[in-house]
Amino acid sequence: MAEIIEVKNLVKEFDGIKAVDNISFSVNAGEIFGFLGPNGAGKTTTIRILTTLLHPTSGEVRINGFDPVKDPDVVRHSFGIVFQDPSLDDELTAYENMEFHGVLYGIPKKMRRQRIEDLMKLVELWERRDDLVKRYSGGMRRRLEIARGLLHHPKILFLDEPTLGLDPQTRDHIWSHIKNLNQKENITVFFTTHYMEEADRVAGRLAIIDQGKIVGEGSPQELKAKTNSATLEDAFLALTGREIRDEKSKNIDELRIRHRAWTGKR
Amino acid sequence: MIGSLGQPLLFLVALGFGFGPIYQKAGGGNYIEFLVPGIIAMSILFTAVFSGIEIIWDRQFGFLKETLVAPVSRFNIMIGRTLGGATVASLQGLVVFLLTLIIGFRPHGFLSLFTALIFMFLIAILFTALGTAIASVMEDFHGFQLISNFLVMPLFFLSGALFPITGLPEPIALIAAIDPLSYGVDGLRDSLIGVGHYGLGTNLVILGAMSLVLFVIGSYLFSKIEV
Repeated sequence: MAEIIEVKNLVKEFDGIKAVDNISFSVNAGEIFGFLGPNGAGKTTTIRILTTLLHPTSGEVRINGFDPVKDPDVVRHSFGIVFQDPSLDDELTAYENMEFHGVLYGIPKKMRRQRIEDLMKLVELWERRDDLVKRYSGGMRRRLEIARGLLHHPKILFLDEPTLGLDPQTRDHIWSHIKNLNQKENITVFFTTHYMEEADRVAGRLAIIDQGKIVGEGSPQELKAKTNSATLEDAFLALTGREIRDEKSKNIDELRIRHRAWTGKR
Repeated sequence: MIGSLGQPLLFLVALGFGFGPIYQKAGGGNYIEFLVPGIIAMSILFTAVFSGIEIIWDRQFGFLKETLVAPVSRFNIMIGRTLGGATVASLQGLVVFLLTLIIGFRPHGFLSLFTALIFMFLIAILFTALGTAIASVMEDFHGFQLISNFLVMPLFFLSGALFPITGLPEPIALIAAIDPLSYGVDGLRDSLIGVGHYGLGTNLVILGAMSLVLFVIGSYLFSKIEV
């Protein structure tokens, strides 16, 4: 199977501290790949580098064969992303949000319309397409963002904690949509999550990062076998230790608290 | 939008009717008339700067991330954002202007409305770009208070929005001369009631040039944003 994401000796330093310390891993095309790690492990930094939002300090990254630093626009066409924090325009309707994405990615009008309809029907939001996004529930927004991320036919879908804060029914629903899309359109799925049972169920392969280094890589089965654990959570804790990380509040945490305070439950 | 109309109108009514009589007595003429262009500029200034600063929010929780990750050049996004922000700020100024008409303000000639609109839009562009430039380098809202008190307020108060620049003591006149808003306010006032200090042409050129410079700086800083 071809490797659609390749990371070799990736290093990212901030003010002398290595957030990502010489990691290497790869993701095969069509895989559902989980990228796990405790808070502050370097997950978000790595994803930012993979998605052209951050430049590495050193090392090689290839997304669909291209270098995100040298060919950012080609790479951007190759992936769609659903961020941890919402990135929809609340004042527009769901359909308009999809439209805008289509325009941003240069999808021709006729193709746009059809594609929007197909994807929104797939995530069961077509009936509500003319509602303002601010009327959407958390789960609906997530589904809309997933549909939107796939509008331009990317090969890879990045999901940063896709089911955070959602109830079990919605989570189950979202994963079946994702698995459906993975099978139907052979989209590679690269996700992060803290929900270990979920990762265990859906991931074909995983990599676990801790303090900037990869501490485990393989299928959920392999990781459980290697650490002699019954559950993926136990395997995870075995590989990363039981100490609590990240006791300092980050800018983004403060922003999130403020966001919740200003906008109510989201 | 309605909420942000409160402050400029409050200023107009309180200062206008408060200082009006004294100003008149001192030979300055109709203070309310003098004040209106300043108040219009005020509403544009604040709306524009803060729309630029909204980026801090948008960067993490809003639509901006989506645009940063799309295969669109940062420059294009910057143009779009600036024009959008400037349009909203200009409309704000327009609304304030219409409200002053209700209070009794009359511009001294209706052709001048075109030049007035140009100045309003230029002020809006300049300060939206400024807001964007500042927001591009701020990581969170802590600097916000600082910026608000030590940059935006002085820009406003020392721009001749509230008092004439002619006859000011040297140091303050100097600050007014480097304040881009002074040229905006002066141009706006000159267009609307024919009272000006620097001359329409000068105002237009300097304001236009400063807007361009700030737009370039803002674009550069914006393109450097890492989410």
